[in-house]
Amino acid sequence: MKSTVPVERPWLEALRMFARNPSAIGGMVLLASVLAVALLGPWLMPADPFEIAAAPLTPPFSAEAWLGTDYLGRDVLTTLIHGGRATLLVGVVAALLSVVIGITLGAMAGYYGGRVDSALMRVTEFFQVLPALLFAMVVVTLFSPTLVTVTLAIGIVSWTGTARLTRAEFMKVRGLEFVRAERAIGARDARIIWKVILPNAFPPLVVSATLAVGAAILFEAGLSFLGLGDPNQMSWGLMIGSSRQYVLTSWWAVAFPGVAIFITVLAVSLIGDGLNDALNPKLRER
Amino acid sequence: MRAVQFTLSRLLQGLALVLAVVVLNFVLVHAAPGDPVETIAGASGGMSEELKAALRVQYGLDKPLAAQLGVYLGKVAGGDLGYSYFFNLPVAGLIAERVPATLLLVITAVLGAFVIGTVLGVLSSRKPNGLLSQFINTLSLVGFAAPVFWTGIMLVILFASVLPIFPVSGMRAIDSAGASGFTDALDVLHHLVLPALTLGLVYLAQYSRLSRASMLDVLGSDFIRTARAKGLSNRVVLYKHALRNAVLPVVTILGLQFGNVMAGAILVETVFNWPGLGRLAFESVLRRDYPTILGVLLFSSIVVVVMNLLTDYCYRLIDPRIKTS
Repeated sequence: MKSTVPVERPWLEALRMFARNPSAIGGMVLLASVLAVALLGPWLMPADPFEIAAAPLTPPFSAEAWLGTDYLGRDVLTTLIHGGRATLLVGVVAALLSVVIGITLGAMAGYYGGRVDSALMRVTEFFQVLPALLFAMVVVTLFSPTLVTVTLAIGIVSWTGTARLTRAEFMKVRGLEFVRAERAIGARDARIIWKVILPNAFPPLVVSATLAVGAAILFEAGLSFLGLGDPNQMSWGLMIGSSRQYVLTSWWAVAFPGVAIFITVLAVSLIGDGLNDALNPKLRER
Repeated sequence: MRAVQFTLSRLLQGLALVLAVVVLNFVLVHAAPGDPVETIAGASGGMSEELKAALRVQYGLDKPLAAQLGVYLGKVAGGDLGYSYFFNLPVAGLIAERVPATLLLVITAVLGAFVIGTVLGVLSSRKPNGLLSQFINTLSLVGFAAPVFWTGIMLVILFASVLPIFPVSGMRAIDSAGASGFTDALDVLHHLVLPALTLGLVYLAQYSRLSRASMLDVLGSDFIRTARAKGLSNRVVLYKHALRNAVLPVVTILGLQFGNVMAGAILVETVFNWPGLGRLAFESVLRRDYPTILGVLLFSSIVVVVMNLLTDYCYRLIDPRIKTS
């Protein structure tokens, strides 16, 4: 059957749109490969990434080390595979954290309005004024850098965009008829917020959550590049930061982890763009 | 009259935000385990208990927290940000010394990206599926996905070994002391090229995409059709009617972004050893130089508040319909 009638199952239609978008599929494939390597990597490359594998500064594409070794003789391919785990884990969890904080605060502000709204918006403004990276650096240094503090620090400084978006969506929807109908039959606020309004605000939020993952990965990479990540956890940013001084003698130790970050974030943004086209069809012409 | 009232209330709001930043940072630093005197003692290789106690008194660390906060707030209000534990110099002076370098870097990068990005956006909006549009799409993806510090290092590799036409470190040549004004300016500009390019690429990626989307949006609206129907030339329609409206969202983003421009400055300044505020912040974090960190954080937040106020103002200059409501 051809769908000449209005779409009855918008999610299915969106999925079809997404599957027909070559760059979105490309993003999915890229991300799936990165995830597969990160998950299976330690079985493929069981060596300790901090261990010395060959002579320091072995160039890439040699028999002992396919991607070369860094200034300490650590194998770049092994560190790359192990380092992806921390970067991806922190990126995804921090993004989730920021989205949860953002949606909760934004939903309350947009739904209740009035004093709740202005109080929450002051908090949001406050976090927008704080220089995010600098603040995260301070938090991480003060409370010793571990995976947990790094994740918390990133989550805490990056929720403001989601909060503003959620608030705007809630304000648009809260006065509409079907919401008033729910209220008329005596539904509680919690039900209206989570079950009635939130699903309607979902399309833009899904897109912004996807982009948040990319931003969080970059944030983590920046922190560990500065040497403020968990020092016991190999990560892509740490690889770049620690080999930075030797870059003129071993470009490969810096170039490859950067390519890995680039590919991962690129994959996530391609998926985000694809979701945007599929879920917000009004903007499709762009 | 209403405009004055509006400006005043915005100023008060901004002041309250800055005050909140001061209090938060103070609380954070004091909630953390460890004490700066121990850090100083560790750095100088051991210290007697009497000396430690004397230092605590000198820095006021022996007083109750509330009193320390009160003293800090009072001093900040008077422009005194305390003494750096590391340099033993006034923090305000240290910051003032570093501000010009960061300003030069950030303004060059952001303004350059804004101008080039807007031009690219306008040019590409004439052919929504043309080559330039595709270039902008690619650029915006690449510019977002490539970590800025990595792009910087890749440029360092390129320009240090392969194509040594731009210096890759610092702000002046080592042997440049005592150079005359003009030679000195040229030297600084020469050193500025790579850091500004690195930082600017990130913003160029965003601005070109944003201004392209915004132009396409505006070009589809009724008043553009009217303008064309009046027989106005394409040039006038594009630059006088469309651009003025299309540039609004870009200006908004530009203003909002000053909060995270500092992030870019920290990373880029670290890569290129650019002697600015970002590197001062980074080094102070490593040294646990609390007064300096607090000072830089406070200063950056004040800059963001001021930039937001200025954005509001620019907004009203560009679009006179936006009243002070």
